Amino acid sequence: MNITIIAETNGNQLHSVTSQLAGAASSLGGTTTLLCPGGVGESEASEISGVSKVISLKGDCFSSFDSGAWSAVMAPHCDGVVIASSSPTGRELASQIASKMGVPVVQDLTEIGQDLKMTRSVYSGKAIETSTASGSCVITLRQNAFESAGSGGNAELITVDSTSEVSVAVKEAMAKASERLDVSEADIIISGGRGMGDPANFSHLNEVADVIGAAVGASRAAVDSWDEIPHNMQVGQTGKTVNPSLYIAVGISGAIQHLAGMRSSKYIVAINKDPDAPIFGVADYGIVATWEEALPSLKEELAKL
Amino acid sequence: MGIYSRVDRDNMTIAVLLKQVPDTTSKIAVSDGRVDQDSVSKWSTSPYDEYALEYALQLKESGGGDLVAITCGPSRSSKMLTDAAAVGADSMLHVEADTSEMDSRQIQSILAAAVKHCGADVILCGKQAADTNSGSTGPGVANLIGAACVGMVSEVNVDGDGFSALRASPSGNERVMVSKPCLFAFDKAATELRRPNVKGIMMAKKKVIETVSPGDLGVDIGESGVKIHAHDLPPEKPPGQKFEGAESVSIVVSKLREEANVI
Repeated sequence: MNITIIAETNGNQLHSVTSQLAGAASSLGGTTTLLCPGGVGESEASEISGVSKVISLKGDCFSSFDSGAWSAVMAPHCDGVVIASSSPTGRELASQIASKMGVPVVQDLTEIGQDLKMTRSVYSGKAIETSTASGSCVITLRQNAFESAGSGGNAELITVDSTSEVSVAVKEAMAKASERLDVSEADIIISGGRGMGDPANFSHLNEVADVIGAAVGASRAAVDSWDEIPHNMQVGQTGKTVNPSLYIAVGISGAIQHLAGMRSSKYIVAINKDPDAPIFGVADYGIVATWEEALPSLKEELAKL
Repeated sequence: MGIYSRVDRDNMTIAVLLKQVPDTTSKIAVSDGRVDQDSVSKWSTSPYDEYALEYALQLKESGGGDLVAITCGPSRSSKMLTDAAAVGADSMLHVEADTSEMDSRQIQSILAAAVKHCGADVILCGKQAADTNSGSTGPGVANLIGAACVGMVSEVNVDGDGFSALRASPSGNERVMVSKPCLFAFDKAATELRRPNVKGIMMAKKKVIETVSPGDLGVDIGESGVKIHAHDLPPEKPPGQKFEGAESVSIVVSKLREEANVI
């Protein structure tokens, strides 16, 4: 079986999830080719264990994201099972490539089993779907759900110059208001809800986050109530689906919309003053306390580690 | 610019692609290895599609043109089209089909044919549906109809002869420009969703939904390339440990270190 991996990039670097895609590929067996759009991270990519060939695709069309233009260049290099990250850009690119190849795409897999048995979460995490593809297909994988491949590989590196008609022109790029780690990138997340009382109180979450290198998230209720809490922090339906090792929910009641985005976290800690809050139903560790009492000692205890 | 772009916009046909999904508050039950659709207590328009509809209405108001609401799904989905008409969609196209076992390619080919059938050159949809959570449809349809594709959109405006859209990027936000034909896949947007008024509801009830089959659109969807084995309920999590009071924080932190091994 031939496998094609679409490298995920993070600005001018290879995103670490690319190694996870290669790790998943190695469990399938077969010959693995990795495509680097824009040539980003090509040398690092060639050192990922299990990759036999890296195709570095260079061209002006890769200077900004245009899934139509990118896929037109990439699809001819794709063969067999095509694997991408289930990031927003990964999904968009995967869909376009699948459409150009005339094959189905199955998004956001959390497991791959024998004979490419695919597992994914559907209906906001309320059901699990298992399926198989009858032929070639494109799949995207959820970040942090697969083990990374090691380094130490030595893949053949081929550079291909390509041109493609760009139809999405970037007029203005606006950097994030905050330099804080994004929730979709983080292995530990601490999120606040409306129980925080005031958006200014999120500074207490930031302080805890800084101690353990966590990202700060928010519930929809917090995002909708307070302009100071931007939508890119929102975890849950109409926000981001996250899969961290540790998710700490503070002052979040646990509406179904929120649970949809974080219930697959490996461990969940809930801090809420209401002992009957639904969030305790999904929490591995629940603390019935106000955030005013709990956060200072959480910060202190974590700082001791 | 000037008079020509105005004329051009009046000829614009905007399509919004809508999907009916179980309301987020609905319980999901499984029977015989499939999510039991009959047990769903409430069906709603997929949340991101509602933002697409709102911006489709705003585009129509600022740029002119006709707005057609399109769905592909079973007969119950027609209610969603009537709801769209009640807030201002001019016409409705319902491709009646059971999509539950279809793969992405099949659904996209139906919707691409539906868009062509309506002569639409500006298409808006949600970035993903709340049931399958995939996000494949928009980009796939864009490819099939040869449209520029912009995903993760939170705002779109008429700008000269084209459109200006705000999209999320890995490093923040970007304002991008595209020309027709184009497709915008919507993220949550910072806008209020309009609710229908009585007059809108009465008008919508009088409107006729054009109902067709995939075959009527000339689409042969073929066989699905993906076979669903089963839907299962997620494994029950063992009940967690619950502690009273802030003094238990130290216990939880040590358990996170010793038991869970995550910090």
